[in-house]
Amino acid sequence: MAKANQGKEAWATRVGVILAVTGSAVGLGNFLRFPGLAAQYAGGAFMIPYAVAFLLLGLPIAWVEWSMGRYGGIRGFNSSPGIYRSIWKSRIAPYAGVLALVIPVMIYMYYVYVEAWCLAYAIRYLVGGWDVGMTPDQYSAFFGEFVGMGENGNALSTKGEGVLGSAVFFLVVCFVINFVLIYRGLTKGIEWFCKWAMPALIICALIVLVRVLTLGTPNPELPEQNVVNGLGYMWNPSTEQAGFLEALANPQIWLEAAGQIFFSLSVGFGIIITYSSYMKKDDDVALSGLTAAAGNGFCEVVLGGLITIPAAFVFFGDAIREQLDSAFQLGFKTLPNVFNQMPAGQLIGFLFFFLLFLAAVTSSLSMLQPAIALLEEGLGLKRKASVAMLGFITAVGATFVVYFSKDLTALATIDFWIGTFCIYVLATFQVILFGWVLGVERGFDELRRGAEIQIPGFIKFVIKYISPVYLLVVFGFWIHAEFLATPEPGKQTALQMLKSNTVVQLSVGFIVLVIVFFGLLVAQSVKRWERLERQEGLQ
Amino acid sequence: MTAGGWFVMVVAVAGMTGLLGWCIYKVITTPGSAEHLHSQADIETPDVEEDD
Repeated sequence: MAKANQGKEAWATRVGVILAVTGSAVGLGNFLRFPGLAAQYAGGAFMIPYAVAFLLLGLPIAWVEWSMGRYGGIRGFNSSPGIYRSIWKSRIAPYAGVLALVIPVMIYMYYVYVEAWCLAYAIRYLVGGWDVGMTPDQYSAFFGEFVGMGENGNALSTKGEGVLGSAVFFLVVCFVINFVLIYRGLTKGIEWFCKWAMPALIICALIVLVRVLTLGTPNPELPEQNVVNGLGYMWNPSTEQAGFLEALANPQIWLEAAGQIFFSLSVGFGIIITYSSYMKKDDDVALSGLTAAAGNGFCEVVLGGLITIPAAFVFFGDAIREQLDSAFQLGFKTLPNVFNQMPAGQLIGFLFFFLLFLAAVTSSLSMLQPAIALLEEGLGLKRKASVAMLGFITAVGATFVVYFSKDLTALATIDFWIGTFCIYVLATFQVILFGWVLGVERGFDELRRGAEIQIPGFIKFVIKYISPVYLLVVFGFWIHAEFLATPEPGKQTALQMLKSNTVVQLSVGFIVLVIVFFGLLVAQSVKRWERLERQEGLQ
Repeated sequence: MTAGGWFVMVVAVAGMTGLLGWCIYKVITTPGSAEHLHSQADIETPDVEEDD
């Protein structure tokens, strides 16, 4: 009997571990950002660079980050600048870590706002705030008005609905929840959430998936807008606008696909490296990293890819493209139409957005830890002082994102330059640091220590040569396209937008300001580390 | 939906589901794996206890 109980406990522990590992990385990137991005590049063609990036960049660099974090942690460092410094004995090394602090902090600034939209939609479903039978255009218009897409500053008004119509109110609620949890050190509850609420989110998403796949042709007057064509929009490798090879010839698609992989796997983000620095010497990083990546990929491709885009096509047809000022918004405009067409739609709508909100909370909390680690380790601040300082910085940033709400320009700009571009740069730096500075053999020994799976030897070759070359070549082509190529009619490159749009300029200026601020903090930290090392040397 | 679309969809969905299934199988069948596997969710940062 005791043996049977032990067996049950072991089984429960393993299932709990699987759920915690797979669930920890699931967030808004999977269910909202990925479908929006795939739709921008017409789905099927996007999946090729996406799959290549998953195998040649996402997985290897996730292992790189887990290993380097644990390596630095063993040597007493938890912040990225400290970890890089422990690997690369150069004065530049800690400054490369500035990006690993700026990325999660700045992504937090808009991520928490999207988190607030999830909470707002959940509460709206809970209190029956939707008029049943709204048309797709009405849902779309509601979202635009709710987040203030018409004019800058519009998000600050409540549209006569009181708090229910105020995006800012929900943002403040989310901010308070996040900072109370992290200030009081209640983040241990996240593990519990991952074990129980994450499976609930996946079950809920599967129910929604079944409904999407059985939508048929909801509007008989528009027979083309049916679910099979919706699946085609997501998965067909070529479209009327661009052939397969033509789509793949665009370097932006490769950059964005790699960026999405990094974003959703939290690779090149500064998060994994910080958390893995707290691990024990013989803990596994190989199967942990792989399982987290697989759970993410499943939620993103199978659930995110099969739900949002096919549904969006069914309700908006080719006009999907007009709904994509920011990749995050497609789900908010589309999914209410699906819930509108299913039994218990109000309940499912509430559960889906509420569970997504909870998943987003777990992700946003982890975004704060890298900067907290630096403030504690580099400046000697206590956790609560670090959290308070970070609260002020992120509140300023979130206010910036909320105020410049017209077409969600500030959000989309920071998402591109930080959530794609800077992540890409940091991932490139990290893979080079691992393969060429730490040394691929030494790094691989670190990766294999305590590993629960056998990592094939060819991964060394991938990490040392293929991943860096891949990243640098795509980056080179992207720079060429940005500076020299002629964009498609009606489209602007990122640099052209930077030249012509004031809000884009302000957003990039704000990014530079935050980079300088964290650069100064790192400089202070380096001075403190050097002083401590001198004192240790004297003793 | 073209034949190419069906192909990409089946390969992507089966690939991701298969990979996740394999990981779950490895965790379940590898003795002691539960003690050594970690995620952001269950890694405790010591500074939380220091401040308490």
